[in-house]
Amino acid sequence: MTVSPTSSGPLTLLRHRLFWPVVILVALLLLNVVFTDHFFSIEVKEGHLYGSLIDIVRFGAPLILVALGMTLVIATSGIDLSVGSVVAISGALACLQISDLGDQDSVGGVLGAAGVALLLSLVLGAWNGVLVAAVGIQPIIATLILMVAGRGLAQLITGGQIITVNSSPYKLIGGGYWLTLPFGIIIVLVVLALTAFLTRRLALGLLIRSVGGNAEASRLAGIGARGVVITVYTFCALCAGIAGLMISSNVSSADGNNAGLWIELDAILAVVIGGTPLSGGRFSLGGTVLGALIIQTLTTTIYSIGVPPETTLLFKALVVTVVCLLQSPAFRAKVVRRRRPAGVSPVAEEKVRVHA
Amino acid sequence: MVKRISLLLLAGMTALTVAGCGGSDDASSGGDAGGPSGGKIVMGFSQVGAESGWRTANTKSVQESAKEAGVELKFSDAQQKQENQIKAIRSFIQQKVSVIAFSPVVESGWDTVLKEARTAKIPVILTDRAVDSPDTSLYKTFLGSDFVEEGKKAGQWLVDQYKDGKDPVNIVQLEGTTGSAPANDRKSGFQEIISADPKFKIVASQTGDFTRAKGKEVMDAFLKSTPKIDVLYAHNDDMALGAIEAIEGAGKVPGKDIKIISVDAVHDGMQALADGKINYIVECSPLLGPQLMDLAKKVVNGEQVPPRVVTEETTFTQDQAKQALPNRKY
Repeated sequence: MTVSPTSSGPLTLLRHRLFWPVVILVALLLLNVVFTDHFFSIEVKEGHLYGSLIDIVRFGAPLILVALGMTLVIATSGIDLSVGSVVAISGALACLQISDLGDQDSVGGVLGAAGVALLLSLVLGAWNGVLVAAVGIQPIIATLILMVAGRGLAQLITGGQIITVNSSPYKLIGGGYWLTLPFGIIIVLVVLALTAFLTRRLALGLLIRSVGGNAEASRLAGIGARGVVITVYTFCALCAGIAGLMISSNVSSADGNNAGLWIELDAILAVVIGGTPLSGGRFSLGGTVLGALIIQTLTTTIYSIGVPPETTLLFKALVVTVVCLLQSPAFRAKVVRRRRPAGVSPVAEEKVRVHA
Repeated sequence: MVKRISLLLLAGMTALTVAGCGGSDDASSGGDAGGPSGGKIVMGFSQVGAESGWRTANTKSVQESAKEAGVELKFSDAQQKQENQIKAIRSFIQQKVSVIAFSPVVESGWDTVLKEARTAKIPVILTDRAVDSPDTSLYKTFLGSDFVEEGKKAGQWLVDQYKDGKDPVNIVQLEGTTGSAPANDRKSGFQEIISADPKFKIVASQTGDFTRAKGKEVMDAFLKSTPKIDVLYAHNDDMALGAIEAIEGAGKVPGKDIKIISVDAVHDGMQALADGKINYIVECSPLLGPQLMDLAKKVVNGEQVPPRVVTEETTFTQDQAKQALPNRKY
């Protein structure tokens, strides 16, 4: 799953990069077993799988999706702060249309509503992409516009209220099950497979890395950098739109104020934990999925071991700091060097940037 | 080139923001400048925003009762920002309104602008939320819910429900946004009542940020980490509604296997109460308009008013919810 300029190197190196995220995820899961006896047990209840592990993937699904989109944006050395707003807008628009349906259980009506919401997400993503690629605004500023304005748009759609829907087909997207599996996870797997195919089997992945490494050099080499950038922002917004449908579907209501609030930060964190550098030029889809799962497991851990709400953020910050330090080859090298001054040579994974 | 365009855009954004603020100011100064001399009471009201159904009902109540009471209302929406609210209050002072009422976005930082109001001899009434200034002479009265009392009412119902039993009662609590006044007070009021009897035990307590999504997520985790849950106490209806979905997903019956107590009584919550999924709701009423107009008249006429007025509120059982539901305004 790892895609990087070094992946042509020995397989051990490739394994090494995802080694620490895996260790952390396993450690967090084991910590839970200490506090909750049946943490790993998965049973069948009401005709679907039920258990803490299922919860983690179920509630983590929207974050995984948003983080996948974010990975590609970050790989082009950009960033998308507007995903949280797109989550809110997409959920709000879908719920608004469904609440207007005569029969809320009509599959066609729900599909139409979801389609329109996703279409709007695509438009919003293209808007971001055009601001970044064609107008040339720095990504953090360009997407900040939609991050702030988008919340307002979502509130405009919901009229400042929480729209409650009562539609079983809509409920399926984020809260339902199919073949005993949470439907959200199936969506994530499909999107993940599609993304992996597009970026690894087709040239898109190479183009993204090239643009992220050096946009100007890529342009001179004949790569349509603008098109690539607009594509990744659009894709990112589409992922956020699907996540928005899931989040609102999970609670059968759209909350313009709180849906997807701060999810952009969690998504960026997931990408970073997964080993994609913010400077762009390479990315790891598998790492991102692991990163998102680590964040969701951490959240679940806080609930199940009973960290007091006042200290939740501190606890999270400490764990995330440890995770990021362990992830940093430079930090690991320093620790190793200090212990054994004779020196095991650190694994150098720094990207060489050529400035135009 | 790139820099220039982004600068231009930034400038454009700033202009838009300024225009936005100007717009709301215009709205508030829309009426003719009727001072207290005109005989008619002019109230400047600065609302927090329109972040929830509760808040919208609050706004509507103030607007409708102003019309009924013959009070001219200059309404301004702060969109969750203290600076907008301060700006609105200053504009009310300039327009020489007879009384200013507002729901403070945050608790602190009001002394300067309230002193300006005092200098201009315009009385101030706080609604729904308090300010933490030690100088209570800055405002005439504070009209709003007593969150501690709400917690106590919730606790009292629980104590009454289980007064005959001897078995321990395991309670899980979904707290509001950490550090917010309603979360702190609803927690402490509830705790105070149930701590009288050691059989009541809060086995898990986490924040659900007052939202449905978090309420569901936290409850799902509780259901796995806590083997036996008898009662859920949620600090608002939305978290309870999220938790209900989690409980149903776990194959349990909300309202029967796990009894649910919640606070607010918004429409969806009342519906769930009437459907038997919630057992008891303590009302936190946004309909404080009539009381506010009453207080405003007294304050303008120079009558003494108590420094703290509690909103008229009730509680709902399942049967009461069925009766009350058709007439609810929010």
